[in-house]
Amino acid sequence: MNLSVLLWGIPQAMRAMSKLYPDYARRLKECDLVAQFRLRDVPEGRWIALRGGKVRSGAGLHASPDLTLHFKNREIAENFLTPPFDMLERIDAAKNFKIGLEGPDDLAVWFMQTLTRLETITWKAGTDIGDGVTRYTNGTNSGPIFVYVKDGKIIRTTPIDFDDSDAPSWSITARGKTFTPSRRTTVATHGLCLKSMVYSKNRILHPMKRVDFDPDGERNIQNRGKSKFVRISWDEALEIVSKEIKRAKAVGPGAICVANGSHHQWGNLGHYLSAFNRFWNLIGVTKLVHTPDSWEGWFWGAMHHWGNSLRLGCPEFYGTVEDCLKEAELIVFWSSDPDATYGFDGTERREWAKQLGIKMVHIDPYLNHTAAHLGGKWISPKPGTDAAMAQALCHVWITENLYDKKFVAERTTGFDEWKAYILGESDGIPKTPEWQEKETGVPARDVRALAREWGSKKTYLGAGGWGVGLGGAGRSPMGAQWARMMTILGAMQGYGRPGSNFGNLQFGAPLDFNFYFPGYGEGSFSGELMASANSANNYQRMPHIVTMSSVRQAIPRMWFPEAITQGKAMGYLTDVSSIQGQFFPFGYPSPGHVRVEMLYKYGSSSLGTQVGSNRWIKAYQHESLKFVVNQSVWWEGETPFADVILPACTVFERWDISEWYNVGAGYVHHMYSMNNHRVITMQHKAIEPLGESKSDYDIFLAISEKLDMGSVYSEGGTSEYDWCKRVFDSSDLAKKISWREFLKKGYYVVPPDPESARAPTANRWFYEGRKKDTPEPYPLPSEYVGGLGKGLQTPSGKFEFIATTLKRIDDPDRPPLNQYMPVYEDGKREPELAEFPLQLLSPHSRYPFHLMGDDEGSSVRDIREHRVFKDGHHYLVARISRKDAEARGIRDDDLIRLWNNRGSVVCAAQITDRLRPGVISASTASAEYRPVGEPGKSTDLGGCINMLNPSKAIARKTHGIRPNTTLIQIEKWTGIDTWQPRAETA
Amino acid sequence: MAKKWNLIVDVERCDNCRSCYIAVKDEHAGNDFPGYAAAQPAQGHHWLDIRRKERGSYPLVEANFQPVMCNHCDDAPCMKAARDGAVQKRADGIVIIDPVKAKGQKQIVDACPYGAVWWNEETQLPQHWIFDAHLLDAGWDKVRAEQACPTNVFQTVRLEDAEMQRLAEQQGLQVERPELGTRPRVYYKNLHLMTQCFVGGTVVHHVGGVEECAPGVLVVLRRAGREVGRAITDTFGEFKIDRLPPGSGGYELEAAGTSGRVTLAFDLGAESPYLGVLTLF
Repeated sequence: MNLSVLLWGIPQAMRAMSKLYPDYARRLKECDLVAQFRLRDVPEGRWIALRGGKVRSGAGLHASPDLTLHFKNREIAENFLTPPFDMLERIDAAKNFKIGLEGPDDLAVWFMQTLTRLETITWKAGTDIGDGVTRYTNGTNSGPIFVYVKDGKIIRTTPIDFDDSDAPSWSITARGKTFTPSRRTTVATHGLCLKSMVYSKNRILHPMKRVDFDPDGERNIQNRGKSKFVRISWDEALEIVSKEIKRAKAVGPGAICVANGSHHQWGNLGHYLSAFNRFWNLIGVTKLVHTPDSWEGWFWGAMHHWGNSLRLGCPEFYGTVEDCLKEAELIVFWSSDPDATYGFDGTERREWAKQLGIKMVHIDPYLNHTAAHLGGKWISPKPGTDAAMAQALCHVWITENLYDKKFVAERTTGFDEWKAYILGESDGIPKTPEWQEKETGVPARDVRALAREWGSKKTYLGAGGWGVGLGGAGRSPMGAQWARMMTILGAMQGYGRPGSNFGNLQFGAPLDFNFYFPGYGEGSFSGELMASANSANNYQRMPHIVTMSSVRQAIPRMWFPEAITQGKAMGYLTDVSSIQGQFFPFGYPSPGHVRVEMLYKYGSSSLGTQVGSNRWIKAYQHESLKFVVNQSVWWEGETPFADVILPACTVFERWDISEWYNVGAGYVHHMYSMNNHRVITMQHKAIEPLGESKSDYDIFLAISEKLDMGSVYSEGGTSEYDWCKRVFDSSDLAKKISWREFLKKGYYVVPPDPESARAPTANRWFYEGRKKDTPEPYPLPSEYVGGLGKGLQTPSGKFEFIATTLKRIDDPDRPPLNQYMPVYEDGKREPELAEFPLQLLSPHSRYPFHLMGDDEGSSVRDIREHRVFKDGHHYLVARISRKDAEARGIRDDDLIRLWNNRGSVVCAAQITDRLRPGVISASTASAEYRPVGEPGKSTDLGGCINMLNPSKAIARKTHGIRPNTTLIQIEKWTGIDTWQPRAETA
Repeated sequence: MAKKWNLIVDVERCDNCRSCYIAVKDEHAGNDFPGYAAAQPAQGHHWLDIRRKERGSYPLVEANFQPVMCNHCDDAPCMKAARDGAVQKRADGIVIIDPVKAKGQKQIVDACPYGAVWWNEETQLPQHWIFDAHLLDAGWDKVRAEQACPTNVFQTVRLEDAEMQRLAEQQGLQVERPELGTRPRVYYKNLHLMTQCFVGGTVVHHVGGVEECAPGVLVVLRRAGREVGRAITDTFGEFKIDRLPPGSGGYELEAAGTSGRVTLAFDLGAESPYLGVLTLF
């Protein structure tokens, strides 16, 4: 289109839109300015002047424009301004300096957004359902929901019931019965409680400053966590934060450290992998390296036997729902509670298995929720000893010829050495059922019965929370040993054989695995190519400008406190491209970098989520940490340890877009196979941000503008709403539904593949010795030794009973032969631990998702299996066996104190027969920290169970955490606190 | 005869996921529905609650759950206790505590034998689960608890009373405390999981001097010489015989297989007993 026509049209459109849309008229009144469009090579252009909402314009050059948007030449200008816009062309123009913007950064961002708004103002979101109610949609950490809004207020949220216009569901016919999933989304409580979280009394609604923090004077670092806060304006908050960023940058590279939780609110844009990473890449920061902390045993252990590094050591799962229902006779749930936390689509499939008469066995010290619901045999080994039981199963299989000899001979290496160990030929100890009974407390007869049943029936092994890894015993001190045993059991039974595989129907629904929509792990518009899955698909499909932090300094998250207080820390890279990627050590500080002196904490609370978390308080009060920001939606345990608090809003108060349980080609590729349907949702901005809160994106944009980087951060004034459209356009969704229709309806159900075209069954290709045919781009081509798609990722290309890669690292905690090692921390073996006779399990919570849902204003707090309301406070539930309770005179709902040398936490007792005596179970993660006295040196009433867990690594040459089994003592809480932290013996 | 609302709740299907519980809070916290209900406090009220019952003892144990809420009784004690017609029975069976007229009438809370009416201290109102009457009136065909429930515990049914009675008989549905004569409109399936006992045990035998689980063993339970239940042990030698009335006194149990037999007498108290390991010889 002709440039002069294009430029003439802009002010015309602005005038027209301000007449049609009061919102646009209001926007034009926000700012007075003169913007000049011009060509660089010839003195031609047009100016637009905005004053009091009135638009004036003229051809040619203005004498004193506030802003100038210049184009290299006419052709480039015409390309850039002619709709529909080609984003690749626009990005190219920007990053190759074909266009440019001159003028104050905040004005530039505002003006560009005002131009974009000419189109977006016409978009209509949500469905009018009458009576003044609009039905919106949103995505949560457990699934998509409808959001009903009236008069600017959320009145209800519900799971989504599909209608006739949505794609049909799949069916599976097994043993004469046909099963079709319910046509709806199922959402766990932490996704259903969000209205209560939006309107929580605990929301942070204004920027705040610690009363005794003076950035230009006394900072009173020692008072973090103790002093009160005072409300300040956004202007003041942004001024302090941006000045501190500049000050810290001047100290040297790496002086700013940023810390996010493992998860965030659901959504591709607002996620820490997106808005947060993009901003900090522009600043250059020390990052905290997360260990795969819900996968520990799989990542550091199991991976060495079979590879799967890009799945963090977990197995693939395609087609297993169909295979399991058609073929399996037994499902063994080993430390597996899939009904907790992740919604209930898998629950329906397990009910089908029950209808078909597939038998169930549950191995867990606690009769977990899934086990209680499904029924079946419950076996409760002493925590940390599961590997002994698993080895005794091997013993029965070997001595009674109950394993898959053909598979072992053709697809594995090292079996003879393994067999000699199991039979006791190499160490003199046969791993018999009687031998394991002394370790596990499980009767030998039960192990023999299970071994025979398993060895003679087609069996699925559901290992870990998802059945294909994650959680449970894998994140315990002996997690690597346990996860390694799970792979070995699978191998001895020939995994991939019909009816013999990994899983428990939680994963592997027959969906379309080829339809592309980006997962949050792809980082959306972050521009980050290394620390996300961006480069796999998203970077090509959604053109955006690459970002990169030039700071090469990192701290292992587990040892952040030591990095601050002692000035050094060492960790291992979480490089999942290869098996040996996890062997690379890194140290803090890095060469040429400086120590951290500013921390930017982004939501979540380390006090509730990190092991031995009283350590964090020492770090916060350490003189070297000069400045701390906490950007958060809710007031959580860690919030008061900041100097400045910035109020973020919830995902109901901003725009986002996402697919249910889609991580992308990150760490759980095709995670959505946990669901019965692929559901992509518009995450509508349903209400205005509460108080003065802002979206994370807008907060980072506001700080960027203070640092003259707003145009770069927002790619020339792109808003979250605009990014949603760019995400939509980048996906296969744009081929199936119009943007306007999607925006109105709010969700799209991706049709499943026809039965004839379903993805092949996981591991069948390996079992049958064929080329890999499952639809995952793993392992990387360079990882195969026997040719692309041939064999596993291991050095031999086979399943390795004796792990070659572990021979290359020499880690005494991970010997190449997975020999049994008794659980760390045993009062019988270590007399100094005798005063702590009980084992504490700290599994993932059932009702909240880490902290999400545990907020003090959340309706989830009233669930008495989660917290008990007593004396004006919701105390976290600690489950205790009847025997242990009676021995201590403890009754239901009594307040009890759980303690060891590291921490002391008051909980409400829930007496149960579902727990092995000698074991206490209390969920990990608490949003609240409520010390009775001095923070870090007194008993916590909030429920930060992780304070009790050790800050030791799961194995010496790792920085994997080892929570979920430690020694404690308990007593009735007297209300008088005498606890003091004690230094740990090595 | 008019069709009226009833709720059927299957105790066996409930796994305490708490979706229904959260849904009821979501519906009422912060929302006034004039003529139906005033807003529920953000925390502390449990208009729909879930009762927990463990049966058996370690290591043979069950965890059962029963959603409980206002029963919308046809002969509702709260109506009798109310003044000024503050509690009304609608033609469709639903009981509504008027959120204006009931102000200050705490006796309505005390009158409910099920503990299903909650006192709102702030607004001085007795409050209860209103069977989502406001939603049913607006065209919903099920209550939110049913819509949110992933395991299909609830069925919202609209039937004439006679039809409902037939259904209850056919399906063995029970109501809470029928002896009170309140005639609840909330019916339960598999309520025995909350109210009755089982007896369980583990049968073992010795094979070549080694203790093994004894599968396939017939276990017979007798009372005063008369058989009242039987079971076959599973792979792990475990058995369960269910639907025994709590506190029903003396029983004799006999397990007999090819490798021997064992008998045991026990008294059934309030709780479900696990008899431990029984060795055939």
